Amino acid sequence: MDHRPQAWGRPRDDVYGAYDASYLHSNTPKTATQSPVVTGTSVVGLKFADGVVIAADNLASYGSLARFTDVKRLRVFLDSSVVGFGGDVSDMQYLDRHLNELAIDEAYDHLTPDSSASKTASLNAANLYKYLQKLMYARRNDFDPLWNQILVAGLDGAQKPFLGSVDLRGTSFTSPSLATGYGAMLAQPIMRRVAATEEDAARLTREQAVDVVKECMKVLFYRDARSLDRYSIAVVTKDGIELKEDEQLEKQSWAFAERIRGYGTQTV
Amino acid sequence: MFRNNYDNDSVTFSPQGRIFQVEYAAEAVKQGSVVVGIASKTHAVLVAIKRNAEELSSYQKKLFPIDEHVGIAIAGLTSDARVLSNFMKQQCLGHRLTFGRNMPVRSLVDMIGSKAQINTQHYGKRPYGVGLLVAGVDESGPHLFEFQPSGMTEEMVAFAIGARSQMARTYLEKNLAAFAACGREELVRHGLKALKESLVQDKELTVENTSVAIVGLGKDKDGNPKPEPFKVFDGQDVNAWIESVADDKEAAAAEGAEEGMDVDG
Amino acid sequence: MAAMFSQNPLMNGPNYSFSDAPRAQAPDGAREHRFDPYTDNGGSTLAIAGADFTIMAGDTRLTSGYSINSRFHPKVFKIGGTTADQSDATIALSVVGFTADGEALKERLDAICKMYHYRHGKPMSVKACAQRLSTILYQKRFFPYYAYAILGGLDEEGKGAVYSYDPVGSYEREQCRAGGAAASLIMPFLDNQVNFKNQFIPGSGEGHALQERERRPLTRNEVETLVKDAFDGAVERHIEVGDGLQMMIITREGIQEVILPLKKD
Repeated sequence: MDHRPQAWGRPRDDVYGAYDASYLHSNTPKTATQSPVVTGTSVVGLKFADGVVIAADNLASYGSLARFTDVKRLRVFLDSSVVGFGGDVSDMQYLDRHLNELAIDEAYDHLTPDSSASKTASLNAANLYKYLQKLMYARRNDFDPLWNQILVAGLDGAQKPFLGSVDLRGTSFTSPSLATGYGAMLAQPIMRRVAATEEDAARLTREQAVDVVKECMKVLFYRDARSLDRYSIAVVTKDGIELKEDEQLEKQSWAFAERIRGYGTQTV
Repeated sequence: MFRNNYDNDSVTFSPQGRIFQVEYAAEAVKQGSVVVGIASKTHAVLVAIKRNAEELSSYQKKLFPIDEHVGIAIAGLTSDARVLSNFMKQQCLGHRLTFGRNMPVRSLVDMIGSKAQINTQHYGKRPYGVGLLVAGVDESGPHLFEFQPSGMTEEMVAFAIGARSQMARTYLEKNLAAFAACGREELVRHGLKALKESLVQDKELTVENTSVAIVGLGKDKDGNPKPEPFKVFDGQDVNAWIESVADDKEAAAAEGAEEGMDVDG
Repeated sequence: MAAMFSQNPLMNGPNYSFSDAPRAQAPDGAREHRFDPYTDNGGSTLAIAGADFTIMAGDTRLTSGYSINSRFHPKVFKIGGTTADQSDATIALSVVGFTADGEALKERLDAICKMYHYRHGKPMSVKACAQRLSTILYQKRFFPYYAYAILGGLDEEGKGAVYSYDPVGSYEREQCRAGGAAASLIMPFLDNQVNFKNQFIPGSGEGHALQERERRPLTRNEVETLVKDAFDGAVERHIEVGDGLQMMIITREGIQEVILPLKKD
């Protein structure tokens, strides 16, 4: 009989065999996203006098296959900011869950004694942008990036319109107008025509800004093969967020296609 | 001879349901010199009496800045306070780094609360022997919090901790209604008056033994909200305040008020 | 093929690191597999030390590939102030290369300077800060911060000080330095205009016997003009430079920040 205390209560090797500890160390190497799989295309955002407009279509592509046609890529944070995701959809969903947790923690922290969450003291869009930048940068440092480019739209600490972008390497920047993916080539020139500077953007009305963004979505649908004519659009102002998640592109004209070889019925 | 068997560690309850080590730690707070804190709608101030161990030594600091928007007043073991102060400083820096904003004061106080509580529930650990008053401003305005070695934290309108602090608290209770509307200077004067209540016989407020700290809501040059940074005043910088609450001045002011400011020489 | 477009024969490679541009050599159907943690965000910086001032400058354009991501993204930062707006800072840091790394570097150095101030009750000297920055960079020797940093301030004697770095922490104190995309365009200009290289007194001799023009410290106005000219030149010849010019003028009175327009094309 073994009376040593370290043997107490343990299964005996001669009866049960040695403990198989192999499951404790996995043999497979650590995995990380090496390239995006199911992807969302452009997100576009534009500031105006007292808010920000942001839009993204509802398509998630699997390579060139239009795989999921009802995916919402705009997400509301704490009823005060909107985050738009381009890039890998599973990473987007991970971030969505993560932001949910963050929002819950933040809401708990700001419960006032009369048990109503005070609206003034919580994470604004500028804070959220900074946080996401830190998150994305930390993941790139681990060589395990979240394969997204993100736009954050809302208001900053001074209640001024805020629009910022963060990508999978943690590169972050702000601008009166922003667009991810193909939007950077196709939509940015259109938006910069009306909002080249912050001052220009501050003169735009809400209606003008929405019209320009809708125009951008149309151009993107015409020219970006991985896009869809159903999209989400959100307007963020002091008064809150108006998010529409199932918009249809209006007033499309394919007349230009008549003159392009390869579109439609070929007559020559 | 009676000997208490339930005070050897902080994990054992006495049959009366008390944890003596935690209570002893609370006693350590009462050994420290008095500190007073008051918050109004626009400012939070801390005032303190500094002590010197002997005539030849310097005075022990009582007020410490933590970050741009928060600072603390301590009563009890200064070295324990420094541990908490460093921790709070790190938390504020970290929060600013990840969110780009001033850390909400309540979150900060909650963190030292949880940290202190751990020491009251683990064998071999010792509760912090220091109490704090935490003054700060954040997006929801100025705040004053009390922190005790038990891990208890509570938001206060005005409070005093340390030796003979009961007298200061009595003064604060009497004038409670006035604080919310007070401006910066008025708040400091209330603080100093409360402090005087707690002084030992024939001791007085001097520029050597008095510290004042102020933090408040402010605006930057574009008119956006930006805190007036937490600043500690010592030495000659507090002279004007001390003089403004000197006994004769007070008496004169009181008389003047009664006689319609018509005092003849 | 790429070397054909090289504007810099010494580097024997393309001058621009357009990671987004299609690569001519990539075999058919080749797909990028490994994650590349770096991008080059373009832009240029410049620092010149004077007798009792230092000027740090950078353009405000942020690019990736052929895209202009932002027309206003500053590269020069105040370091080590005690408040969020850095109003009492005495040192400035410019970073260019991969902005995410550059800004992470800036924030680490800033946090270290803030802790130094908190612990020692005085701001860090530029000399100490410069040494510390080198250590930070070298600590990431095998996964470097892809950033060309320049640190500027006033030394213990009040003279202008500029320290320049490579991404892994080699550093030296210099009179002037240009960094980033247009460094190779600006640096020869500075050699000539700041250090009076290749400037001779006409008719003072034959061939190599020509007398060098006497060196003298430049005035603040002269340096400001030099900086503007250097950037106007760089904007003309380099597509990654433009939009705005940010200048920080460090003097005994503090740091003054100026933003001027540059061509946006």
